[in-house]
Amino acid sequence: MLLALFADIHANRQAFSACLDFARARGAERIICLGDYVGYGADPEWAVETVMDLVAKGALAVRGNHDTAIGTSTETMNAEAQAAIEWTRGRLSAPERRFLAELPLILQEDDRVYVHSEASTPARWRYVLSTADAGRSLLATDAHVTFCGHIHKPALYSISVTGKMTSFVPTSGVSVQLLQGRRWLAVVGSVGQPRDGDPAASFAMFDTSSREITYCRVPYDVDAAARRILENGLPLWLAERLSIGR
Amino acid sequence: MAKLSVQPGAVIDGFTVGECVHRGGMATLWSVTRPDLTSALLMKIPRVSEGEDPAAIVSFEMEQMIMPRLSGPHVPACRATGDFARQAYVVMEAIPGKTLVSRLDDLPLPYEEARSIGWKVACALADLHRQNVIHHDIKPSSVMFRPSGEAVLIDFGLSHHNQLPDLLQEEFHLPFGTAPYTSPERLLGVRDDPRSDLFSLGVLLYFFTTGVRPFGESETMRGMRRRLWRDPYPPRKLRADYPPWLQEVVLRCLEIEPAWRYPTASQLAFDLAHPDQVRLTARAERLERDPLFTVWRRRFNGNLVRPRGKSAVAAQLASSPIVAVAVDITEGSAELNEALRRTTERILATVPSARLACLNVLKLGRVTIDRTLDDEGNNKHVDRLVTLKHWASPLKLDDSRLTVHVLEAVDPASAILEFTRANHVDHIIIGARQHSLARTLLGSTSAKVAAEASSTVTVVRPPRLAARQEEQLKPAPATKAG
Repeated sequence: MLLALFADIHANRQAFSACLDFARARGAERIICLGDYVGYGADPEWAVETVMDLVAKGALAVRGNHDTAIGTSTETMNAEAQAAIEWTRGRLSAPERRFLAELPLILQEDDRVYVHSEASTPARWRYVLSTADAGRSLLATDAHVTFCGHIHKPALYSISVTGKMTSFVPTSGVSVQLLQGRRWLAVVGSVGQPRDGDPAASFAMFDTSSREITYCRVPYDVDAAARRILENGLPLWLAERLSIGR
Repeated sequence: MAKLSVQPGAVIDGFTVGECVHRGGMATLWSVTRPDLTSALLMKIPRVSEGEDPAAIVSFEMEQMIMPRLSGPHVPACRATGDFARQAYVVMEAIPGKTLVSRLDDLPLPYEEARSIGWKVACALADLHRQNVIHHDIKPSSVMFRPSGEAVLIDFGLSHHNQLPDLLQEEFHLPFGTAPYTSPERLLGVRDDPRSDLFSLGVLLYFFTTGVRPFGESETMRGMRRRLWRDPYPPRKLRADYPPWLQEVVLRCLEIEPAWRYPTASQLAFDLAHPDQVRLTARAERLERDPLFTVWRRRFNGNLVRPRGKSAVAAQLASSPIVAVAVDITEGSAELNEALRRTTERILATVPSARLACLNVLKLGRVTIDRTLDDEGNNKHVDRLVTLKHWASPLKLDDSRLTVHVLEAVDPASAILEFTRANHVDHIIIGARQHSLARTLLGSTSAKVAAEASSTVTVVRPPRLAARQEEQLKPAPATKAG
């Protein structure tokens, strides 16, 4: 089965629409949403409704820290992110807020784990920035592959039977077979706010039978997404960063 | 996790196991058959039982990832892979014959034979590097030859693929590989520089032409590290008749700093294909190693030890293309040749590591017997070479970046295409002749080259020709109705 995995959509309608079209055109059969549907971007209602609709049709979704912050005021964030969360909270309906609040933090399906941040302590929202961080997550589960988002940069880590780690920055469009002799942590990058210097939306596709992962980059109408942010009075930097991918 | 037992007669995923043809330290090789595959096949199975080196597993994982992605005549075709979950294996095309190890008793080889081997291996490396893979274990036992002559590289267990995770990156404290052939930068943990393979090929060429390994056979880290500062004896010190051009090529491959080696395997192959065109530097004539002062400076300055940015294999290859320009001396107008030179200059300005091959075709008659001398008794071939050099001189290219070639052929387009194919030319620049009777009757050379070349082709037209065409396209002035 061909999975399409999306993380960090962040209410960016233009980016998520482009990614969904791209994945469907390439035959995606199942959609996995890895959290942070809202925050930063200007179309949170559309984003949450879209994810609700996908879940109703069989997609899986987990909760991210921005989704959690809609329901609780205890999540700590920088000023711009906090401003976007306050604004978003007022935009979402009660059923939409309840949908986000009730999403699980982590899901396991066959030998795969889906989580927003990492698998060792999902509720602490730790960032996977190094092989040591990746190792902590990999040791916390026996899954063959853990898929996550949260750092907004695509990466691929593996651990061998002897505990040796490898790290890799994936090349988009080049499939990598996730060998069964080792276990893998795939950080799929961000749909709605990439931060690796490439403004194109990032997500991943995974073929469960051949065990091949392909990282995808999809160009989208960045100007329209940035305009929506400015029209809604959200912080300027949230619009500017989209065009530079930082 | 049930392990299948491998023995003659066993059937693994449809392959029937035959005899064991090789038992190595890391893996065993078995001949196998499958009814739907007619060519001879080999199954490689890693040694993974208790007490075996875990490196064997990781190397095997690398081969499993890399081999199915490789194609072309310079690698064994990969037919199937099996995972560690059941029985790990790679089934590949069996290459008939022996590896270069079989030639060790004959060393040193005649220079011409060594040149030919070196050229074939360099062509194979160029093709491998183009596929984003660095071999990292070039040595006699990794090289075989097809009956048609092409070198085939085997054993990808230590290789690096620029677009796949490098499973060996944190696996070993010691650089893993074959000590005498290991490049200096690999001792420092650099695994993403394709020029490491050129160093190993340099070791092989040195060994095959002198019978001596340039850095000895030391397997210890201390012994291996000496190559970070100590250069080998120049081959001419060992063999007085050593050709200067060959010493130039071999010592350039063995430069300690990768930037001083050939930028690409294609450029090395080019020199090995045209020994008479190798630009000789001080390297060619040297009889002694570097003075101690230089060696100490290298040892204690540690230039190589400085951390470097990650290099992308594809980007490095792209920055060092081979450009060929076809110059028509006889019929081409001065204007066209001037336009060709301007375009060439512009292209070379953007890629400082590019090298330029200037081509001219000496047309042979289909039926007449051609004489080398023209009516005045001058050698036509030499005349053309001189004219080509003269054409190229305003480009002010260093001799190491410029070569000139006069091809003798009945059909100029075929000759240009054959040259570019054999020499891995990345970009052809060719002029479109103005309207002439020959063009009308015989078809255009540039059109055929542009249509059939496997590389990029730039077709150059002189400015006036373009203007004239515009004029032709202008609508005829309206006539006044009277």
